[in-house]
Amino acid sequence: MPARNTALPRLAGRHLLGIEPLAPEDIELILATAQKYQTRTPRAVRPVPRLDLLRGKTLVLAFFEASTRTRVSFEMAAQRLGMDVVNLALEASSVQKGESLLDTVKTLVAMRPDALVIRHRSSGVPHFLARHTDVPILNAGDGTHEHPTQALLDALTMRDHKGGLKGLRVAILGDILHSRVARSNIHLLSKFGARIALAGPPPLVPKDFERLAPSVTVHAGLEDALREADVVMILRVQLERLREPLFASPAEYARHYCLTPARLALAKPDAIVMHPGPFLRGIDIAGEVADSERSVIPDQVENGVAVRMALLELLAPPTAGLAPPAPESGKAGKKKK
Amino acid sequence: MKPLLIKNGRVVDPASGLDDRRDLLVEDGQIAALDKKIEKPEAEVFDATDLVIAPGFIDLHTHLREPGNEGAETIASGARAAAAGGFTAVCAMPNTQPVNDSVLVTHYILGRAALAQGARVHPIGAVTKNSQGEELAELESMRAAGIVAVSDDGQPVWNSRVLRRALEYCAALGLLLIDHCEDRQLAAGGVMHEGPWSVRLGLHGIPALAEELPVARNVRLAALTGARVHIAHLSIGSGLEVVRRAKEQGLAVTCEVTPHHFTLTDEACRDYDPRFKMNPPLRSPDDVAALIAGLADGTVDAIATDHAPHSDTKKQTDFESAPFGVVGLETALAVALEKLYHPGKISLPRLVELLSANPARIVGVPGGKLSVGAPADITIFSLEKKWTYRAAEGWSKSHNSPFDGWSFRGGPVATIVGGNIVFRS
Repeated sequence: MPARNTALPRLAGRHLLGIEPLAPEDIELILATAQKYQTRTPRAVRPVPRLDLLRGKTLVLAFFEASTRTRVSFEMAAQRLGMDVVNLALEASSVQKGESLLDTVKTLVAMRPDALVIRHRSSGVPHFLARHTDVPILNAGDGTHEHPTQALLDALTMRDHKGGLKGLRVAILGDILHSRVARSNIHLLSKFGARIALAGPPPLVPKDFERLAPSVTVHAGLEDALREADVVMILRVQLERLREPLFASPAEYARHYCLTPARLALAKPDAIVMHPGPFLRGIDIAGEVADSERSVIPDQVENGVAVRMALLELLAPPTAGLAPPAPESGKAGKKKK
Repeated sequence: MKPLLIKNGRVVDPASGLDDRRDLLVEDGQIAALDKKIEKPEAEVFDATDLVIAPGFIDLHTHLREPGNEGAETIASGARAAAAGGFTAVCAMPNTQPVNDSVLVTHYILGRAALAQGARVHPIGAVTKNSQGEELAELESMRAAGIVAVSDDGQPVWNSRVLRRALEYCAALGLLLIDHCEDRQLAAGGVMHEGPWSVRLGLHGIPALAEELPVARNVRLAALTGARVHIAHLSIGSGLEVVRRAKEQGLAVTCEVTPHHFTLTDEACRDYDPRFKMNPPLRSPDDVAALIAGLADGTVDAIATDHAPHSDTKKQTDFESAPFGVVGLETALAVALEKLYHPGKISLPRLVELLSANPARIVGVPGGKLSVGAPADITIFSLEKKWTYRAAEGWSKSHNSPFDGWSFRGGPVATIVGGNIVFRS
């Protein structure tokens, strides 16, 4: 392993594969680092930072699945730190020519990026790739498993508005089963002592979620989960991930699971409303709720850039002095025996 | 050929109830004598002191990839790997390319098997054409050509009407039907066992019920038709319970369990390593405990490998994209010793029964016993030798083993087929 400047604070692991393996101290470090890059808090609006911290470093964005917000957010984060960004829309390239996933990524690694952001429709792809490369991998969403940067930006947003996470009652509503956002948030919130109430259409909220982490409860109805909530997080219906029709129609879904003002009234009067986007107006969230004062959705988007800047700083840290390119440590690209 | 005298081994033969020190003489491919002390000066001597001598192991469930996917395994390489695992015979599943659903393919397999040096290969024919589950394959002709059972393994015989017709033939032909039990609607899209781990990993689950329901259906169809039905790779406690009740009712239902299913749980999928992806999937700890209880109490009839070779290229991808299946011929005995015999879950005669006597009886092939005049198919193994399994150094052409790197106590020492030593460690 190449020596690193130990004076810099750093994460325990080389990659960001998910929230579950992170220690609370790692999460604290990421959030504290993100705070210095924040452009909007409930108390202040700050100018957009333009820094040279990671000048000369290259970030490769490998999105095997379509994405706009997460990809743009990573791009902006990298650019604000002075990084070069290589953006690959892999859905339309070598993957379709039949190249194996491993070969594609070996090619990317040969371009010597300083970090690799991966999004893929299959759960566990970043974990598979992390076994074959030493280049830091940032998981930008893997299948229905984890979306760690989303949970981190959500945590930053909740802390800004609620002061802390301990004891917070967070309702997560909608398609939990197919949601990587839900899994990452559940792990993060649970590590910090929040209480998480889940609700949604019955087949989309399996009881086994209660065994995912401490302080998770699965509720039969939306109303039950919303009661006394400090934070209401709505998830998008992942129509593209449904393998079978799990509800009659979007209209039927909206009747029972859309966050309307009447349903939101069951939460605490000062409860905030969050949504990872893109939201389906009138289906998962009512327009008047999304546009209301209670909605912190714009804060989430801005915090997304700050959190991703923090992660780039921590995982692709500025090299002290004239560091030679990291040598192939023998492990890279070699198959696991 | 010189006679072979195996001296001073612990002979374990469940068929005769023998478990004692004996000498065993092999002549002209047959067991010529079995006695406390045999002298035969002209014979080649195999010193089996501290070793177990058992009737040759027979694997009821092997995938050789020939014809069609010789890069992953050939009949020759599979027969070698089997011999290295202590197997003197394997039953080859028909899901090759083309599928063994015709006399032509059966003849091809038998022709290649005759050239192989290692375990005997007994072909299994498909139940339906191309194993599609719709039209019956050439059951009677394939039987005459030498298949020992029929199965659409890899796929269930999902159409109950077709299965009923097939079983009516099987009953008349005395042919065994082996079913891969999977309700394809309940299992659709699944890549691992449905439970807390699938929820955690965000992987689509295969519920236990998807296996239990067809087991129950098959038991009732066995009762209706009088045919013998064998449940392949049983992986769940609830399915085993169905088999237990069927046996109590005197139905001709048997079942097998694989070493990976009685050893590993769904937690093994936690790092998304495709070496732990197979169908049926690794199940819950409760299921593993139930399978071990069934292996001990006699409900489970056989240990079978479900040896399913896949090339590194195919398996070196992410968990969801990787094909189902693991190799198992070379580790089955060692895993069984490790998880069943050494911890005292089953006796040595019971182990031999599960690997030899019962499989021979189920498919009705010679072997499974060490009586004078029987073919000299013999497995010699150690209960103590320490070794580490390295898949890349194994005999199979594929390396997709969940036990790669495991250290074992006990394992195969020599494998004798028709009087020839085809493997010696």
